[in-house]
Amino acid sequence: MDYVISIIGPLAEGSLVTLKLFFITLALALPLGLALALVRISRFRSLALAVGGYLWLMRGTPLMLQLLFIYFALPFVPVVGVRLPDFPAAVVAFALNYAAYFAEIFRAGIQSIDRGQYEGAKVLGMSYGQTMRRIVLPQMVKRILPPMSNETITLVKDTSLIYVLALNDLLRAARGIVQRDFTITPFIVAAAFYLLMTLVLTWGFQRLEKRYAVYDE
Amino acid sequence: MPSTMNEPMIRARDIHKRFGEVEVLRGVSLQMDKGEVIAVIGPSGSGKSTFLRCLNHLETIDRGRIEIEGEAMVTSGSDGLARYVADAELRRICRRMGMVFQHFNLFPHMTVLQNVIEAPMVVKGQRREEIVPRAEALLRKVGLLDKCDAYPSRLSGGQKQRVAIARALAMEPDIMLFDEPTSALDPELTGEVLRTIRQLAEERMTMLVVTHEMGFAREVASSVVFMDGGLIVEARPSAEFFAAPEHPRTRAFLHNML
Repeated sequence: MDYVISIIGPLAEGSLVTLKLFFITLALALPLGLALALVRISRFRSLALAVGGYLWLMRGTPLMLQLLFIYFALPFVPVVGVRLPDFPAAVVAFALNYAAYFAEIFRAGIQSIDRGQYEGAKVLGMSYGQTMRRIVLPQMVKRILPPMSNETITLVKDTSLIYVLALNDLLRAARGIVQRDFTITPFIVAAAFYLLMTLVLTWGFQRLEKRYAVYDE
Repeated sequence: MPSTMNEPMIRARDIHKRFGEVEVLRGVSLQMDKGEVIAVIGPSGSGKSTFLRCLNHLETIDRGRIEIEGEAMVTSGSDGLARYVADAELRRICRRMGMVFQHFNLFPHMTVLQNVIEAPMVVKGQRREEIVPRAEALLRKVGLLDKCDAYPSRLSGGQKQRVAIARALAMEPDIMLFDEPTSALDPELTGEVLRTIRQLAEERMTMLVVTHEMGFAREVASSVVFMDGGLIVEARPSAEFFAAPEHPRTRAFLHNML
């Protein structure tokens, strides 16, 4: 027990890295994903197609590869080539990747809204922007909560990929202690940390679903 | 230029509309004056709903001309193709028409009151304090003030439709368009909706009502328009229309309906 308590400190530090990446990724990928979804369903054909290509690229290659590419290979790419420090590189890779998945969830949610809602808004004089903001997107939120819950839980666990950039997240911290002390206990404690984080997320999404349950469709 | 006194509220000329291969409207013309109530009847697929939807730009027409109290929203040049006025102008003209749908199209994530005050706030920029009393008055008028805070899913079909009418009226339209307002309702609920529409007729609201309710057309409408195959077959004052329909197709239709 004393041993467990003694490793909680370093694992908690690792968790902070994990949580930091998680929240920054969410903060960037949610608006970016929504923007991508709106462009994807817009009448600007070429832009919509370009977004389609982007989604294919980001969803069709491993996140790990994207992470490595942005950190190691991006500096050598002409024009856009910049050398990013390790954590910012991770943030960029995660945000770009998750925005692609969010975009498809948003798109599915938006397209599931009945055409009558657009017509109802239009005959009341609302513009497309007003219709989206006031009528379509608020209803979309209710419908995408379950897949969003899935995706954010996956994000918590995907953050462990940043070990390839030698960032000390929760899992890498645990592995370091395992290798030092020759015991698997840190893995179990790390699992408990992950479970706690996903539990909080699950609970948060449940509360949101309950809040949205005040109306039926 | 905006209206002189004697301009008709709606003047539609030679409206053509096709969906792919099917020509749904094959040259429909209609004129209606302020305070008139016109019932549009006809078999399904006759184009009556499409015609209504063309009037407020839910569908775009291929050819023809539509004027609302003298203001053109779409015209056709010598090439015959329909040309709409600029977007902002078009929205402003269409806003003079309120519309009620067969399937209500209430906003499910808003309460009854929010449904009614939403557009005046968002579109007209009215303040909540000024619109709420008016919204409540409208809800009282349609007999649903007690449902103010309910969500639409808690209402019956007839109640939903009455909220939809109040919601449209909150934008203070000059014309009301009804697209089969009772077709999705249980028979015992149509009465309450028709009563509300009749009440509007008594207040001299200009209304165009696509309906299958012959009794309603006969009693409330000043004129009846019978459409079939994308054309207006017969259009006459309703008393005459029902007493002595002229066209054989009208007679056949009425025979089946009554």
